[in-house]
Amino acid sequence: MRPILLQGHTRSLTQIKYNAEGDLLFSVSKDHVVNVWYSHNGERLGTYNGHVGAIWSVAVNSSSTLTLTGSADNAAKLWEVRTGKCLHTWEFKTAVKRVAFSEDDSMVLVVTEQRMGYPGSVVILSINQDINAIQSDEPITIIHPEGSKAMVADWGYLNNYIITGHENGTISQYDWKTGDLIKSIQPHTAELTDLQMSEDRTYFITSSKDKSAQIFESNTLSPLKKYVTDAPLNSAAITPVQEFVILGGGQDAMHVTTTGARQGKFECRFWHKILEEEVGRVKGHFGPINTISVHPSGESFSSGGEDGYVRVHHFDQDYFKFKYPDL
Amino acid sequence: MPGFDITKLPETEEELDFTDIEEKYQVPFEEGFDTIIVVDNVPIVDESKKDKLFKFITKIFKQAGDIKEGGLNMPMEVDPETEKTTSKGYLFIEFETPEQANLAVKQLDNYPMDKNHVLAVNRFTDIEKYSQIQDIYVEPEEEKFVEKEHLRSWLTDSQARDQFVLYRGDDVYVYWNRKTELPEEVHKRNNWTETYVQWSPLGTYLSTFHRQGIVLWGGASWNKIIRFVHPGVKLIDFSPNERYLVTWSNEPITLGQNGGAGAPFGSEDEGNQTIIWDVHSGTLLRSFPSSSSPDGVPNKITWPMFKWSATDKYFARVFPNQQISVYETPGMGLVGKKSIKIEGVVDFEWAPSSDKDRDKQNDKKVREDLLSFWTPEIGNQPARVTLMQIPSKEILRTKNLFSVSDCKMHWQSNGDFLCVKVDRHTKTKKSTFANLEIFRVREKDIPVEVIEIKDTVIAFAWEPKGERFAIVTTNDPSFGQPAAGGATLRTSISFYYLEKAKAGKGAENASFKLIKTLEKKTANSIFWSPRGRHVILATLRSTSNYDLEFYDLDFEGGSEQKEQAKLDPGASLQLMSTQEHFGVTDIEWDPTGRYVITSASMWRHSMENGYTLWDFKGNQLQKHLLDKFKQLVWRPRPKTLLTQESMKKIKKNLREYSKVFDEEDAREKSSVSKELLAHRRRLVDEWNAWRKRVEKELIEERQAAGLPPVSIRDTENVEVIEEWIEEVVEETEEIPIKITFSILKIEISSRGPKF
Repeated sequence: MRPILLQGHTRSLTQIKYNAEGDLLFSVSKDHVVNVWYSHNGERLGTYNGHVGAIWSVAVNSSSTLTLTGSADNAAKLWEVRTGKCLHTWEFKTAVKRVAFSEDDSMVLVVTEQRMGYPGSVVILSINQDINAIQSDEPITIIHPEGSKAMVADWGYLNNYIITGHENGTISQYDWKTGDLIKSIQPHTAELTDLQMSEDRTYFITSSKDKSAQIFESNTLSPLKKYVTDAPLNSAAITPVQEFVILGGGQDAMHVTTTGARQGKFECRFWHKILEEEVGRVKGHFGPINTISVHPSGESFSSGGEDGYVRVHHFDQDYFKFKYPDL
Repeated sequence: MPGFDITKLPETEEELDFTDIEEKYQVPFEEGFDTIIVVDNVPIVDESKKDKLFKFITKIFKQAGDIKEGGLNMPMEVDPETEKTTSKGYLFIEFETPEQANLAVKQLDNYPMDKNHVLAVNRFTDIEKYSQIQDIYVEPEEEKFVEKEHLRSWLTDSQARDQFVLYRGDDVYVYWNRKTELPEEVHKRNNWTETYVQWSPLGTYLSTFHRQGIVLWGGASWNKIIRFVHPGVKLIDFSPNERYLVTWSNEPITLGQNGGAGAPFGSEDEGNQTIIWDVHSGTLLRSFPSSSSPDGVPNKITWPMFKWSATDKYFARVFPNQQISVYETPGMGLVGKKSIKIEGVVDFEWAPSSDKDRDKQNDKKVREDLLSFWTPEIGNQPARVTLMQIPSKEILRTKNLFSVSDCKMHWQSNGDFLCVKVDRHTKTKKSTFANLEIFRVREKDIPVEVIEIKDTVIAFAWEPKGERFAIVTTNDPSFGQPAAGGATLRTSISFYYLEKAKAGKGAENASFKLIKTLEKKTANSIFWSPRGRHVILATLRSTSNYDLEFYDLDFEGGSEQKEQAKLDPGASLQLMSTQEHFGVTDIEWDPTGRYVITSASMWRHSMENGYTLWDFKGNQLQKHLLDKFKQLVWRPRPKTLLTQESMKKIKKNLREYSKVFDEEDAREKSSVSKELLAHRRRLVDEWNAWRKRVEKELIEERQAAGLPPVSIRDTENVEVIEEWIEEVVEETEEIPIKITFSILKIEISSRGPKF
């Protein structure tokens, strides 16, 4: 099927996310705007204005009432999805690089940048689900990861722990209540760029600038799968229904102009999750792919690129019928 | 020491500065006797002359190093008869370091102090050691014979596959080529080499480069076979039959502080940069200094510095403008005890030998080793190409040339022909063109044929073992200028063949004729298959063009084509395939001419590094993009051991053999796919088992936390939005128009949709 091109941003995309039902698609970009779209036809529901810096990350709660954004203006904002009203703003010392809701929506984690003499941190905040309630400014915990700074993070199932991905390729498991490091491994040799949980949060996929993506078991951090490509990766997502993962990336934006177009490798790559074999590619972007998100029920996927476009791809019937030969 | 100030006491004990006290009461480090030497044959003196002698001795031994204060010690003895105190003729010297003591032993042993006193210098520890040697001769135990590994075991592969070495990042891999299947790893080692790897010419050894020298590896185990110590070695070169190895380092050999102990160098090697080794025994045969011109300026290094004759018997190097020095093996001496003085000599080449030559190597009749060299115009003397026999130094043939700007000598691989590519300039010296002077070396009186080429020849290559050659020419005006914006030169490629003399006429009537010229190409490099017949024309070192063209020179088409081939030799030249390998930097045929690998090395650029495997027809078999890919080299094969007759027999029965191989291939294919299938099944089973376990754990944990088993996605209450879009696919308006001239007016006025 022809992809739907969402032309709502004027600068490169940083993150896109479906809500739990998959009917809405949230996209944030460096142009300070949050856009919300109907995922099935690409119609824009609205925009949330208020940030004054590049927005790095977006998260939606499971009932699709609240959305949280993190921005380079050193703030995280909570919005009401329906009206676009900003409900609360948390101020930090440095830019907010990543936000994520816990499984039960009661908390969020906020990853802040290490800059201007301030150490990078992971802040845990409690969220009141009631739209009219006043949100607490007081964080539950502040974790200061030692060594390399955290780039990405997400929650484990049942709020057991959080998992962080770091600049030097390390993946760590933290007890969010105490801030203690539980486990740490260094499976990647370069910066972590994305970390997405599986549906039940028992495993997760990471992507890295070292041109590989890997799947780990959440509890033990034991590596399960590895996908080695020929381009630095910016995002990796797991598909429901079919046993695939989707990887995206490409030559760094700053290097793109020095190489030919064919050099960029700006394609979404489909790999078989279990067999670790590449099965196909989807072309379209003319800049590196920064973020990939898959519809929760697996009927479509979207990619956001450095080129400022979001492309929504609905899978054809053939996709759902696809069976690996001889399996 | 700073004064003690009670107001400035450090906070903690750790901050106190004890270094001065530590220094003062430091206990001297336990020293052995390694720094002490014994000097014998010293003149016997009495007390009065002792100081004078010490002064003298100190002066001599200062050359070796610093003598410890009070390190001179001479035992004195009172003669019971004369009651005079005299020395005993020897003394001890203690140096600061053992290295200096070693150097003193090395340098000053046998030092002639005066007419009657030749100093004997020994290590103190040695005297001890040798004085304890038993007087009875004990026969040394005979070393057990250890059988060496089969160094050519890779040739016994039942499928006659070829190996190649791949260097990527810090890892070196040796692989079997398996056509369309992924290559099979033979051996892998991390940090196997520091710079690059190189096969020996017959493929027996893999040489790796290290700071300390060269190591050769081989055999089925890939163990170390031999090591050649040469610090800072950069370049190596094997003799054609792998008997000798030449190594070159940019650092002149130093004997070092310990006088070269542990290294195979002697004082005669000091300052030299090139070494010739015996590959079998690992011994250093001779080292050479870098060549320099008569006024002492060192010449630029050209590699190989020494060129070997095909038989390994001689090796030679050129001193530009002066001489060619030919050495013989294994004696390492100059042939005829002197170099061949040739005024103005620029370069030389040895003639290769053919299989036939090698077969009758012991025959007396076989021709001597042959070398060719050329000299440019000097004064009134024209430029000249000369063929000379070695060791007799007899000149077989000379050819004078005029208005020469440069010469390149290309020997055909059997040594049958020598083509001298002569770059000539017109009288105004404004433009250049080329002459190919072809010497038919095996014929009587060595006839020379001249082919004039109007354009500049940028590449020349003989068909291996064949009678054909290819040249790349260009008349592009931008040739010779720095390539602007990666512009690619327009080139033409011409093929020539030797037209055999017609029956009845003499051999001298044979001549080289043009087969065909391919025009408007960009190719600048010619890669003949090692078996001849097939050739790849490639565009290398371009930034925009990466074309590869695969040609067959003996194409056998239908009968029509055959007819044509009789009349036109160009008809059997067939382009089989045109391909592209983005970023290609190197092209390597496998030694059998069945496959070819094109690669893009990170040594040249960092775009799409990796390699592609093709068959000789230009079909892509595999493509691998490998990060940090550096080098890929096929393992060479030695000459076949089959006789001419048996080869003919095999060629005749090729169809029967191939039947067997085809079956084998088919069998392997099916077994591989079965294996792959089993592997996939296993992966899926493992994953499913893991999921089962994890899901069970999750349910248990959720129950413990008082939550429902799994957060089921509410599938029933999902609101399905169905949108009906009415799309107008095509709209046509039908307007019946009666074209009747008389009532045309009326019809127009009543125009409108009518359904």
